[in-house]
Amino acid sequence: MNAETNAASLRKEGKKRKKGQIHMIVLRFRKNKLAMIGLFVLVILMVTCLSAPLWLNYRLVTRQKIVDAYQAPSSAHLFGTDQFGRDLFARIIYGGQISLFAGLITVFIAFLLGVALGGAAGYFGGTVDNVIMRFCDILMSVPGVLLSMCIVAALGQGLVKMLIALSVAQIPRQARTVRAAVMTLRGQEFVEAARSCGSSNTRILLRHMLPNVLGPIIIGVMQGLGGTILSIASLGFLGIGIAPPTPEWGTIISENQNSLMYYPYLGIIPGLFIVVAVLSLNFIGDGLRDALDPKQKN
Amino acid sequence: MLKYTLKRILLLVPVVIGITFLVYLVLSVSPGDPARMMLPEDATEAIVAAKREELGLNDPIVVQYLRYMGNAIQGNFGTSWYQGFDVLSEFSHRLPYTLTLATIATLVAVLIGIPAGVYSAVRHNHMPDYIITFFSLLLSAAPTFWLGMMYQLLFSLRLGWLPASGASNWKCFVLPVVSLAGGMLAGNSRMTRTWLLDIIRSDYVRTARAKGNKETVVIFKHALRNALLPVITQIGVGFSNIVGGSLVAENVYAFPGIGSFLSSAVKSKDIPIVVGCIVVVSIIVGITNLIVDLLYAVVDPRVQLGK
Repeated sequence: MNAETNAASLRKEGKKRKKGQIHMIVLRFRKNKLAMIGLFVLVILMVTCLSAPLWLNYRLVTRQKIVDAYQAPSSAHLFGTDQFGRDLFARIIYGGQISLFAGLITVFIAFLLGVALGGAAGYFGGTVDNVIMRFCDILMSVPGVLLSMCIVAALGQGLVKMLIALSVAQIPRQARTVRAAVMTLRGQEFVEAARSCGSSNTRILLRHMLPNVLGPIIIGVMQGLGGTILSIASLGFLGIGIAPPTPEWGTIISENQNSLMYYPYLGIIPGLFIVVAVLSLNFIGDGLRDALDPKQKN
Repeated sequence: MLKYTLKRILLLVPVVIGITFLVYLVLSVSPGDPARMMLPEDATEAIVAAKREELGLNDPIVVQYLRYMGNAIQGNFGTSWYQGFDVLSEFSHRLPYTLTLATIATLVAVLIGIPAGVYSAVRHNHMPDYIITFFSLLLSAAPTFWLGMMYQLLFSLRLGWLPASGASNWKCFVLPVVSLAGGMLAGNSRMTRTWLLDIIRSDYVRTARAKGNKETVVIFKHALRNALLPVITQIGVGFSNIVGGSLVAENVYAFPGIGSFLSSAVKSKDIPIVVGCIVVVSIIVGITNLIVDLLYAVVDPRVQLGK
């Protein structure tokens, strides 16, 4: 057998093994019933909210028609209407676009910055580690909601500003996870081997270490996602998240706060959407944790 | 022990300085001129400039910050820019409410969450376990402010058992405490359950059973002490989250704590209130974390503090 075919067969073998591992993770995940239900519900929610422009007129979200105010749920208005006669169903579906996807973007930004900061801290150690970790300590010394509130106070209201505020509050947690994971790998042979081949620090971190620490990072990201959606709703409720009249689940609840006594569905329905979304995400997060790292708990 | 405590308290200082400087920096470079916002709309440029000078807004940011901290150390947190009251005296009225609320909620979360987790683990895969797990999952997925509104709707507006707002007597504390404790209670119960289930299967617990001990002795004396360690480490984080939740949920109950006036300060960009709030909360959270670490050493004799 010549060298070329040998290398090719080795490559093939490697590919097969890689597929095998992912296959095992998928199998373990699929065995978890709650996680599969969570995934199913979340996908339906996301597809419904994202495809809304195709089947639901955005005008329903903002159109005020006082004659139609406070209509109970019916076939014309599935979830009823609010004090301005706006259709609650349309507001919740369009609001989901922000509540769900702003959460995803926030966690993704925090993930990128967390990998950069935590990776550097864990890989280089010493002064770099000290500076980055003290910075994280400082950010963690106040509750995340308070930190986000202050950043919103500084930057002003708006979608992008809220995303920044929420991501900053998430960074320390992500950075810590990544740092801990990278530190366990720092002394291992394959890292030394890569270094002796002349790989740069960036290459070692991104090409060799990152794939090995992806498990705990994904777990951290998924478990942070539910909390982020709750934070978005909290900021919306306080009136410092998305500026009205753009709908968002927390904002919808706060708008209807004064009507709750006589029209409780106006507060109950959007709240249930938050609960269902967060619950599904938590199930998926737990399922992923069990699938990626069967030894780890809670 | 004393040396360790002192060292930890000293370590709080750079953290508080760091977070306040960060917040001060961000708030000050942000758009919007406080002097103009404070004055009536028809104020002339000269008046605005005089106001800026009065507030010290023309100085470099570091000078402003040092002046603020110098005053803060002497107990002067400045005056609210828009409402005119002294921040410290307002805090001294409001902080006890928020602190009482957060402390009681944390205690409730610990004192109910842990036994619930134990019961759930002991009756593993039976009805009580399913019920407790179901409620834990539900509570950890619901926003605090929404739970608060739902409790208010049911217990105050519909049933009329408890007051819907205010803080005039102990009854007013019940609903805020219940809604704040929910998330941490759920976390505690799930964590106790997972760890206890893990430990119940370990060799030394089997030995304890083999010696003929009663099941209660096995659980409470042998297993629980080890299962509680990871739960205790989370109390500090839980308390911090409850304080954060309180800042939001107080708005539901018109509760006279710091949360209800912080959110209006955030909207109007009232820097003295926002920074003062950060200083106070970061100190409280720091002290709580210290207490939790000291508690940890009490529960686990293997932990030696300061080494």
